[in-house]
Amino acid sequence: MSVFSALFGRREPSSREVAKNRLQLVLVHDRVDLSPQKMQMLRDELISAISKYVEIDVEGMQVNLTQNNRHCRLTADIPVLAARPKR
Amino acid sequence: MGATVITITSGKGGVGKTTATANLSAALAMRGKRVVAIDADIGLRNLDVVMGLENRIVYDLVNVIEGSCRLRQALIKDKRVENMYMIPAAQSRDKTAIRPQDMVSVCDQLRPDFDFILVDSPAGIEQGFRNAVAPADRVCIVTTPEVSAVRDADRVVGLVEAEGKGPPLLIINRLRPQMVHRGDMLNTADVLDVLAIELLGIVPEDEAIIVSTNRGIPAVMENNSRAGHAFANIAARLLGEDVPFLDLEAKPASGWLGKIAGFVRRS
Repeated sequence: MSVFSALFGRREPSSREVAKNRLQLVLVHDRVDLSPQKMQMLRDELISAISKYVEIDVEGMQVNLTQNNRHCRLTADIPVLAARPKR
Repeated sequence: MGATVITITSGKGGVGKTTATANLSAALAMRGKRVVAIDADIGLRNLDVVMGLENRIVYDLVNVIEGSCRLRQALIKDKRVENMYMIPAAQSRDKTAIRPQDMVSVCDQLRPDFDFILVDSPAGIEQGFRNAVAPADRVCIVTTPEVSAVRDADRVVGLVEAEGKGPPLLIINRLRPQMVHRGDMLNTADVLDVLAIELLGIVPEDEAIIVSTNRGIPAVMENNSRAGHAFANIAARLLGEDVPFLDLEAKPASGWLGKIAGFVRRS
């Protein structure tokens, strides 16, 4: 959905838009054979791995599978709060 | 040079593979090409009835592979069009009766005598699918603009690429312009966005297809139906012609520019 639909306060999305969004989401997981459950596990392990080195904002963290022309990309956007104090 | 082998497949059943195979074969033959259509759906034979050749079957694909007849004996000539033939599937067997290398061998024997060999694949991604795809030079995937069909098509795109057959071509079948128009059906751009493969053609939903299937006369042979026209265009593209896609979803335009235009029109 575009900025414009938001600006003009459009009605709820058409069934076409819903279909497309659902498809894109399901296909991204189909293609890499990574279920939402496994994604959650991956996210949890990322948190514990990275937290060893820096303090991160877990609430603001985003881990996503995206696709572009059948190429899948795993992106993690992890806000860092502070370096871990050196012992 | 010999024939180009094109396998028509889909993943999901009931999206129009057999209709596409029958119409594209007829359209190519009507353009003067030597064509043979092979029904690879062993046990669920249907290309014969869709093409109206069901009363002429003596031998089938499995008979050829098992050596109980010669290849030429299983070729049914379509008398309505010059240079068009069909090889029926076996009806009383199942897909384990043939192997991928059998399909390759049958197609290789046919190549010198034809310009196009169209293979009608069974639905699914099991052995029948692998048999049908094995001899292909190009694979063409048929889908309808529905989530289940597109999802299955995506799975097949991955499998076709894994078989080393290159990126498949896409036919979007049974598109309903009015539903697209009112935002209740995935449009062509949506399907292409999701599948990211090359578009070969768009075929509108058309009652003429049911009528032509009832009669056993492929729509391209018969009338100037919209679907028949769309299949004729696809055949022309397979011949390397640059034919514009039918404008089935003229307005409102999609994309954000179209949305602004649509908004301006509404206000």
